[in-house]
Amino acid sequence: MAAPKSVAVFFAVLNLISLLPFIAFSFSPDQPTDRKILVLLDDLSLKSSHSIFFNTLQSRGFDLDFKLADDPSIAVKRYGQYLYDGLVLFSPSADRFGGSLNIEGVLDFVDSGHDLILAGDSNASDLIRNIAAECGVEFDEDTSAMVIDHAGYAVSETEGDHTLIASDEFIQSDVILGSKKLEAPVLFKGIGHSLNPENSLVLKVLSASSSAYSANPTSKLSNPPSLTGTSISLVSVVQARNNARIMISGSLGLFSNRLFRSGVQKIGSLNKYEKSGNEQFVTELSKWIFHERGHLKAVHLKHNKIGETEEPSIYRINDDLEFSVEIFEWSGTSWVPYVANDVQVQFYMMSPYVLKTLSTNQKGLYHTSFKVPDVYGVFQFKIEYQRLGYTTLSLSKQVNIHSCVSFHKFC
Amino acid sequence: MAAPENPQQQAATIRHAFGNVLSFLILLLIGVLAFSIRLFSVIKYESVIHEFDPYFNYRVTQFLIKSGVYDFWNWFDDRTWYPLGRVIGGTVYPGLTLTAGTLWRIFNALNIPLTVETVCVFTAPIFSAFAAWATYLLTKEVKGVGAGLTAAALLAMVPSYISRSVAGSYDNEAVAIFALIITFYLYIKTLNTGSLFYATLNAIAYFYMVCSWGGYTFIINLIPMHVLLCIVTGRYSSRLYIAYAPLVVLGTLLAALVPVVGFNAVMTSEHFASFLVFIIIHVVALVYYIKGILTPKMFRVAVTLVVSVGLIVGFAVLAVLIALVASSPTKGWSGRSLSLLDPTYASKYIPIIASVSEHQPPTWPSYFMDLNVLAFLVPAGIIACFMPLSDASSFAVLYIVTSVYFSGVMVRLMLVLAPAACIMSGIALSEAFDVLTRSIKLQLLAATENPQINAGDATKVTPNDAVKTEKSEDSVKERSSRKSKKKEKENVEKASSVSRKEKRLLVLPLEASMIAVFLLVLLGAFYVVHCVWAAAEAYSAPSIVLTTRSNDGGLHVFDDFREAYAWLSHNTEVDDKVASWWDYGYQTTAMANRTVIVDNNTWNNTHIATVGTAMSSPEKAAWEIFNSLDVKYVLVVFGGLVGYPSDDINKFLWMVRIGGGVFPHIKEPDYLRDGQYRIDAQATPTMLNSLMYKLSYYRFVETDGRGFDRVRHTEIGKKHFKLTHFEEVFTTHHWMVRLYKLKSPKNRIRGKTKKSKSKATTTTSSKRIGARKKNPWH
Repeated sequence: MAAPKSVAVFFAVLNLISLLPFIAFSFSPDQPTDRKILVLLDDLSLKSSHSIFFNTLQSRGFDLDFKLADDPSIAVKRYGQYLYDGLVLFSPSADRFGGSLNIEGVLDFVDSGHDLILAGDSNASDLIRNIAAECGVEFDEDTSAMVIDHAGYAVSETEGDHTLIASDEFIQSDVILGSKKLEAPVLFKGIGHSLNPENSLVLKVLSASSSAYSANPTSKLSNPPSLTGTSISLVSVVQARNNARIMISGSLGLFSNRLFRSGVQKIGSLNKYEKSGNEQFVTELSKWIFHERGHLKAVHLKHNKIGETEEPSIYRINDDLEFSVEIFEWSGTSWVPYVANDVQVQFYMMSPYVLKTLSTNQKGLYHTSFKVPDVYGVFQFKIEYQRLGYTTLSLSKQVNIHSCVSFHKFC
Repeated sequence: MAAPENPQQQAATIRHAFGNVLSFLILLLIGVLAFSIRLFSVIKYESVIHEFDPYFNYRVTQFLIKSGVYDFWNWFDDRTWYPLGRVIGGTVYPGLTLTAGTLWRIFNALNIPLTVETVCVFTAPIFSAFAAWATYLLTKEVKGVGAGLTAAALLAMVPSYISRSVAGSYDNEAVAIFALIITFYLYIKTLNTGSLFYATLNAIAYFYMVCSWGGYTFIINLIPMHVLLCIVTGRYSSRLYIAYAPLVVLGTLLAALVPVVGFNAVMTSEHFASFLVFIIIHVVALVYYIKGILTPKMFRVAVTLVVSVGLIVGFAVLAVLIALVASSPTKGWSGRSLSLLDPTYASKYIPIIASVSEHQPPTWPSYFMDLNVLAFLVPAGIIACFMPLSDASSFAVLYIVTSVYFSGVMVRLMLVLAPAACIMSGIALSEAFDVLTRSIKLQLLAATENPQINAGDATKVTPNDAVKTEKSEDSVKERSSRKSKKKEKENVEKASSVSRKEKRLLVLPLEASMIAVFLLVLLGAFYVVHCVWAAAEAYSAPSIVLTTRSNDGGLHVFDDFREAYAWLSHNTEVDDKVASWWDYGYQTTAMANRTVIVDNNTWNNTHIATVGTAMSSPEKAAWEIFNSLDVKYVLVVFGGLVGYPSDDINKFLWMVRIGGGVFPHIKEPDYLRDGQYRIDAQATPTMLNSLMYKLSYYRFVETDGRGFDRVRHTEIGKKHFKLTHFEEVFTTHHWMVRLYKLKSPKNRIRGKTKKSKSKATTTTSSKRIGARKKNPWH
C-alpha cells in the first residue's frame, strides 16, 4: 500500500511543480494565456449538449477541466495556490460539491480575483442560490417559478407555456457585449432574479420585458408574482471590487447548442431570424468575463516640473508641473492603447485642489500640466476612473508641496 | 608678590586664594551633583528618551545630524499632520536640537563615537550643571559668593527642575533654564558694571534663550519691568541704560532671526512692553542729560516742554499700540499667554489647552513637592534682598514675585519659579550662616580681636568690579544685624527670640547661634533627602516604560508602548497612516516611523477635532472619517487590564469636547449619564457605541469573563460585540496598546440573506446553511 501512495504523492508534487508557472494570481496581465478553467457539470452529457460554448472557449485558448459536481477529487486550491483561473458552474441542481469545494471555497475563489460563470435553472439548488445571493443576485424564492412572458415569448411549433422567451433588452455597453450589435433576440428559458438597486457592483445585462413575470407555469396564479416586468433580470454580471467578474444566468439552456442553433421569432414581431442571438451574446459576454475586454491598466504615472524630466521629491508652491500616465486595455492577446477623452486627474489634499481632464496622444499616453496651488501639504495625484464595463482604475501618488523658505530664496 | 611687609594683608590674600580654590572645587562638585542626581532614570530604567515631546526633539535631532542644518531649516515633515504636513524648520525652537547636534559633532570630532540618542539623553543633566553654575554667577552678582554657592547647590537638586531635566528628558526646558539664568546673570552683570561687552553677551544669551524656549517672553517682559522699577524708584543710571537698550535692539534683531519667532518679535503684544520701556528709558535719559547741562531755571522750562511733547508722543505711541493690538485676531495674545493672565481663559475657551495636565494650576502640595524647604526660605531671602536694596537684589525680588504668580497659573511654570526660589533661599541661608558663624567666631575669640577684620566668609569679592561691590559690601555690613534678626524670625524661632535683645551689636549668643546653625544644617539635610527621593522615585520614570512592584517585592515591567511601536514599524508599510489621539503622535513618528494624523504639536484645532470626532462617532461614521484621511491603522491606549490610569478612555471626554467644539453634532451630554462619565451598564448608548469604547473594550470580556475595568473599577457596560469596520491586528502583552486596521470595503455586496422558508424543503441543506453562518463575510 505504501508504494502507490508515495507514487501518488510524487505525482502530486510533480503536478504542482509543473503547474506552478501557470498558477496565476487572478487575471494576470503577464501570463494571460494558458488559463485553466474548471467546469463543474451536473451530468457529463452537458459536455456534448453545450459543446459549442465550450469549443469557443477552447478555441480562445482556455484549458477546460470538466468534472462532475459531486466528483470527490475536486480541488481548486492546493497549498494555498489556486489551480484554476476561472470557474464555470453548470450544475444548477447540485446540493453540494464533491471534494473540498464548498460555498466558502467558491467565494474565496472569487475574492482572490478569479472569475465565475454561474448558471441556475428551474431546479436550482440552495447551494447555487446562495452563491448567487452572496454575489448580490437573488433568484426568485419560489423554487418552482420560471419567467413567463405572454407578450414576449419566442414563437415555436407548439404553443407551450410561454416560458421560452425571446428578449432583446440588452445592456447598452459595447465593452460588455462587444461592438458588433446583437441583431437577434436571445432565447431564455429559466428562472429570473432580482438585484438590489443600491448595489453598484452588479449589472443587469439581459432583462425581461415589461410584460414578464415570475411564477410557476404549471399552476394557476393565486398570488401576485413577487417579480414582475423589467425588474426581472435574466442574466447579470458582477464586477467585484477586486475586479473579479461573475456572470449569473438564470438559465443553463442559454448556453446550450439547441438554443444557439435554433431560429427565433419574437411574438408580435415580423422579423424572423435564422439563428438566435444566444451564441453571440454568450460568447461576447464570456470574453468580458474572462477579461478579454474592458480590462484596463495604468502604468508609468509620472510627474515633473515643466522643462525637467526628473521626478522631484518636493514641489514648491506655484511650480508648473507636468503629469502623465499611460493607460492600456487588454485585447485578449496584447495590451493596446486605451483611447478616451474623459480621464481626469485630481491634485488632492482632503479635497481636490486641481481637477483636470487629461489629453491623450491616442497611443495610450495621457498628460496634462498645471500650476501647483498656493497651499503646502501632502498632496496626491489621484486618478479615479470608473466607467461601465471597465475595470476600475484607482491610482494615487503622494507628493509634498512646500513653500519657499529661508536659504532657498531663488527656488 | 613683594616682601611680607604687611602680614595682615598677606594673610588676607592667602585666605582669598584659598577661598577661590575652595569655591572652585565646590562649584565643580555642585556640577557633578547636578549631573549625577539626574542619572537615576538611566540606572533604574535604561538610557531612553522619555515621554512625548522629547521623542519629537530626538527625531528632529536625528534629522539635523543626518541632513545638516540647511535642510533642517527647510524641513517639511510629511510624517505628521497628514495630509497637511508640518514645516518643522519654521515651527520649532531650534536651540535644543542645535545644542545636542553640536555636542554630538564635538564628540565625534574628538573620536568619541556616541549615538545621537546617548547625546540626547545626557543633554539635560549636562545643562543642569551649567545652570547651577549660572545660578552661582547670578547670585554672586546679587549677594556675593557665599549666597552664590548656596544657591547653586540648591538649584543643582531642586525637584522642580529635576522633574524636567532627568537623563532622557530631552525637552526644551533642559537647556532653556540654563539660558534663562545666564541671561539674567549677564543682565545683572551689565547693570553692575556698565560694560558694553557684557551687554552684547547678554543679547547673545537672550538669543540662545529665544532659540530654546517659548518662555523667552518671560525675560523680555521681566527685564523691562525691572528697568521701569529702577526708573520709578529713581535708580536710573547710565549702567541701566547700557544694560537695557542694547538688549532690546540686538535682542529683538536676533530674535527675529529665529524662524519660529520671526516678525512676532515686533508684532505681538508679548514684546510690546519692552518697546514701551525702551521709549521711556530714552525719555528719562534725555531728561537726565538736559538736567545736567541746564541751570535749574532753564530746566524747569525744559521740563514743561518735554512733558508736553512727551505726552503727545506718548499718546501717539499708545494709539499705534492699541491699533496694532486691536487689529490682531486674539488681541495680539496667543492662547497660552492669555491663560497666563487670566487663568480661567483656557479652560473656558480652548479645550485643547485645558486638556493638557501641565497647563493646569498647581495644587499646594505640588509646591512642597517641587520646592520643599525652599518655599519657607524664600520670604527670608526676599527680606535679605531689601536689606540693602541694590539694582541686582531688586531684580531678584521682582523675579521671584512674578514667577510665583506665573507658577500659580500653570503647573509647568513651576520650572521658572525654581531658580528664583533657589536664589532667594541661597541668599537667605547664606546670610543666616554668615551672621551665625560670625557670632560664634567672635564669641570664641572673645572681645580681643577687632570686629573690623570680619571681612572674610560671606563677602568674598572678586577684585575686578571694585567700585560697585565695595559700596554694596559696606552697606551689607552696616545693616547685617537687623537683617539677621529678621531672618532669624523667619527661619528659626528660637534664635530670633534670643536675638531680640541685640540691637546694635553684630553678635548673637553662642548657644543660640550653635543651635540655629544646627537647625539650619538639619533643614538642609531634609532638603537633600527629599531631593534625592524625588529624583530617584518620583521623577525618574520615563513613562514609556512603566514598572510596578508586586506584593512580594518583585519588579514588573510594562514595555507595551515600545512593543506596539515596534510592531508597527515591522508589520506595516512605510507610508501607512496611523490615527491615534494626539498624545501618541510624536512617539509614533519617532519610534515607529509611520505617518500620523495629529501629534503633540497641537497647532491645528480642526484636524485634532476631526480625530476626536472619529473617536467619538459610531463605527461606520468613524470608518468614513478615517478612510477619508487615508488612515490604515488606529492606535488606542487602554489601561483597564493593568490599571494604567492615563489611557484613552480617561481622556475620552476631551476628545468629545474638542471634537464637539468644531463639529457640533458631537455633544458632550450624549456621553454623560446625568452629568456623570461612566462606562458601566448605566452608560449612554452613544458612549457604548462610540469607536473609542469599542476599540478599547473589544474582546475585553475574554480576559476575566466579566470585563472588570481596573482603572474605572467597574464592570464594563457592553461586553460582547463585534467590530464590522475595524479588525484587531495587534494587542500588546498587557493590553495597554491596541492596534486596529480599517477593513477595506467588502469585495462583493451581498443580497438579502435567504429566509428560512426555503430551507424547510430539504433538511440536509438547512444543516449546511447553519454551518455556513460561520463564514467570514457575515
